[in-house]
Amino acid sequence: MTTGASASPSGHGWNSAIQGGTCTVAFTGDWVARTDGVDPQSADRILASGARALRFDAGRLGHWDSALIAFLFDLRAAANDKGVGFDEAGLPAPARHLLGLMAAAPSTKSLLPTTAPPPLLERLGSWTLDRGAEFAQGSALIGNLVLRGGLSLRGQAAMRGGDLVEAMFDAGVAALPIVAVVNVLVGGILAFIGATELRTLGAGIYVANLVAIGMVREMAALMTAIIMAGRTGGAYAATIAAMQGGEEIDAVRVFGIPVFDYLVLPKIVALTIMMPVLYLFGCAVGVVGGLVVGSATLGISPLSFFIQAQGTLTDTQLFFGLAKSFAFGALIAIFGCQFGLRAGRGAADVGKAATSAVVAAIVGVIALDALFDVCADILRI
Amino acid sequence: MDPPPEPALTVDKLTVAFGEKVIQQDVSFKVAAGSIFAVMGGSGSGKSTLLQAMIGLLEPTAGKISVGEEDYWAATEERRAQIDRGFGVLFQSGAMWTAMTVTENVALPLRMLTDLGGPAIDALARVKLALVGLADSGELMPAALSGGMTKRAGLARALALDPAILFLDEPSSGLDPMTARRLDDLILDLREGFQVTIVLVSHDLPSLFDICDDGIFLDGDTHTAIAHGAPKSLRDNCQHPTVRAFMHRERAPADGAAPEARRRRPS
Repeated sequence: MTTGASASPSGHGWNSAIQGGTCTVAFTGDWVARTDGVDPQSADRILASGARALRFDAGRLGHWDSALIAFLFDLRAAANDKGVGFDEAGLPAPARHLLGLMAAAPSTKSLLPTTAPPPLLERLGSWTLDRGAEFAQGSALIGNLVLRGGLSLRGQAAMRGGDLVEAMFDAGVAALPIVAVVNVLVGGILAFIGATELRTLGAGIYVANLVAIGMVREMAALMTAIIMAGRTGGAYAATIAAMQGGEEIDAVRVFGIPVFDYLVLPKIVALTIMMPVLYLFGCAVGVVGGLVVGSATLGISPLSFFIQAQGTLTDTQLFFGLAKSFAFGALIAIFGCQFGLRAGRGAADVGKAATSAVVAAIVGVIALDALFDVCADILRI
Repeated sequence: MDPPPEPALTVDKLTVAFGEKVIQQDVSFKVAAGSIFAVMGGSGSGKSTLLQAMIGLLEPTAGKISVGEEDYWAATEERRAQIDRGFGVLFQSGAMWTAMTVTENVALPLRMLTDLGGPAIDALARVKLALVGLADSGELMPAALSGGMTKRAGLARALALDPAILFLDEPSSGLDPMTARRLDDLILDLREGFQVTIVLVSHDLPSLFDICDDGIFLDGDTHTAIAHGAPKSLRDNCQHPTVRAFMHRERAPADGAAPEARRRRPS
């Protein structure tokens, strides 16, 4: 008695007939995974006949590949679950061979998709613990920085002068063009904004005040930090993460070379030193950008612009900007190194480390900037 | 007597060079359908370069590679892409896509190159992983796999599209002898089960002797194949000094005979 059948237009299919409790599954046509796929419901349909044993007829089976194996694998697993006999004798010898390979595999239940995700409370707990661990790692890095940095000042750390100079060049001189371009444009933008409003009040000359204070107190430090977070912080994270993947850090460690001194300290020191330098450079080119726009739109002479700007700036404002840029440099470098050291060993982990370092550094810089401004307000700077 | 099987792959007077630097020249051989064919040779002999030419990653300077009857490099790019779908490649490092789980690695070629639905793709991926003994490891990320598991996962991915020809680049490199032996057994089982043709690039002598039916020996000095035949047969019968030295793990002829004193350790 025929109990079930499945066929496609290409002739690929099966039909089953039950006699005396034994169900014979006969295959027809080609069973090619790429074109015919696998029908996950077939096993249930065949076993629904109530057979106590399964046997097979491959007489009309054409070309086959893993489509047949997947079908048989599911059917055998379902038959085993229901205590139905599974007689492989009628199958092609290579198919029996492959099924034999999978007989050694763990239970079929483990082949099913993974179980449901853990409950919300558990996920929240793990997230909190992860964040706690990250905070602890970050604190350890800062502690290490203070300790090893102090030792390096006394010449007792393993940081090489050459590495520091190279890192300073990379974080300083090599960054000058992009810092210049962005700060000139920001200075120009400030001047445009000021010119639009101040012209109507007949106070165009105060564009110089706006540009000078804006750049020195706020924009030069902030914009330079954002550029350096993307450029250098991301590069630190990517470099260290790629070194993790290539076991380069392990190679450093097994020689007994302090990883922190060799890899992290030069980067943090270099960026922390170079950021104030870049900030000063950014202030200068930003004021020049403002001057160009001020001259072009309001006809202010360069000399008047400089005298006006000089008159409005105080040492306190300059030191305030310098302090900010110093803190931003340290923050960006610490985030870059920290995310690099925490990265996994895959190519994707390098990307994740770089992205996380850049995002965290930019958010951190803006938050720190806000904190500085609150402090400045309290101190009436 | 049965006629010899049709060649699945024919390499005819192949030359591969990078500019002036010739890596291989005038290499010719036929890989019989259903056989396990060894590309042998020492480090730097150009085995991997030859493999790159066979799998379409490196265009030869001269010569012909035929897949079945079709000249691979004379075909259009679209046609070559179609032929490539009949290839499965296990890279030396495994080359797993590290951003995906093992199952996703195996499923990706099916998702990209077939019209199959999600459940069918998942079922096929799980079967491929079960075949290589990684049924329980599908949800792991590649970084969490051991060396042997990475090779198995790479093999499962290479089998994703049920290839006609499987290229294995140094499958046993970096594995301990027992794991390497299990991998050899698996390769034999998969050949038996899928009737697939296998081209194996290796210098691992036990593997070569155990599983290969035929092969060529590439020489890094002359930049060509200096011997043809099954590894066991080359070991027992080949008189070429380089091949003999390789097969018997002796010093290369160019290095000269080792003085007895050098071989003896001081007591």
